[in-house]
Amino acid sequence: MSDSMLNLSAMQLDAIKEIGNVGAGNSATALSQLINKKIDMDVPSVSVVPLADVPNLVGGPDTMVAGIFLRVYGKAPGSVLFLMPKESAFYLVEHLLGEQKSTEGELTEMDQSALMEIGNILAGSYLNALSYYTKLTLLPSIPAMAVDMAGAILNVVIVQLGQMGDHALVIETQFLSEDDGINGHFFLIPDSGSLQIILNAVGVK
Amino acid sequence: MAEALKVGIADYKVGKAPDKIISYGLGSCVGITLYDPVIKIGGLVHIMLPDSTQARANENPAKFADTGIPLLLDKVISMGAVKTRLIAKLAGGSQMFQFAGTSDIMAIGKRNAELARKTLQNCAIKIAGEDLGGTYGRTVEIDLETGLYKIRTINKGEKTI
Repeated sequence: MSDSMLNLSAMQLDAIKEIGNVGAGNSATALSQLINKKIDMDVPSVSVVPLADVPNLVGGPDTMVAGIFLRVYGKAPGSVLFLMPKESAFYLVEHLLGEQKSTEGELTEMDQSALMEIGNILAGSYLNALSYYTKLTLLPSIPAMAVDMAGAILNVVIVQLGQMGDHALVIETQFLSEDDGINGHFFLIPDSGSLQIILNAVGVK
Repeated sequence: MAEALKVGIADYKVGKAPDKIISYGLGSCVGITLYDPVIKIGGLVHIMLPDSTQARANENPAKFADTGIPLLLDKVISMGAVKTRLIAKLAGGSQMFQFAGTSDIMAIGKRNAELARKTLQNCAIKIAGEDLGGTYGRTVEIDLETGLYKIRTINKGEKTI
């Protein structure tokens, strides 16, 4: 059933891109206010990829990343992931907590907690915009975070989708701060079935 | 030295010495190896879900513990391995994220590991080593020259079983 995603029309793809744009735009603003830096955002890319290829979107399954993960509950369930290289995570912590970090070290519990709060704010603003745009009620779970191999972190999302199909629809937006300190990827990955609900809600057949 | 054979998610590879077979970034997934030490033939399957009978999309047997292990067994036997000599090793099955209310999907690593063990027992294959659970990712590699299964992690070092 999720493989019906393979036949999205140009109009549907545009609608999904717009959804990603609205959501990520709102999160980029929130992030920019948090760290008091200008944040640039790419046009979201929408891709339908085989589950096994999802880790390649962030540099391969072996790449070390910091990931903040939330489940989305409500009318259109799905997963939200904010992935960034470890350096970006340290940069964020430095700017939020005002402490100098060596990137050789590990993230302390306090650092992780600060990052989770960022995840919470970013995902919250993304979902708010998405809710507003689609008139669907969407609620984020509390965030969880891990610093580990991208493949291992993405397992959580892949497993969810794997029960229903072999492909994932990935709405990806890249963030870049003005001084290149943060280079993150924001992913919205609807559960199978949710995409149709979102498309219906915005009136695209 | 030839490059190692790469196994993706829900995928498998078989080979013979001096091949190595590697799979990157396992979280809740489990990487199961079968190895015949006499003729040095073996394989690695990277499963992501436990039970094929509970999933709607079950066309790919390598995706599940209950079908991926018999699939790998068939493949190594067709290459000349002898079933009674086979030894199995398992790694992975972690829980990457800790949530307050642990839902089914969060405990998937544990279920993957349990069903993988059970399937091996049902196939009457001896389990010679395992490195399962935890909250971290693993990259696994079997050396078909020695049968050693090397497990690499980011913060927990490296070990061989």
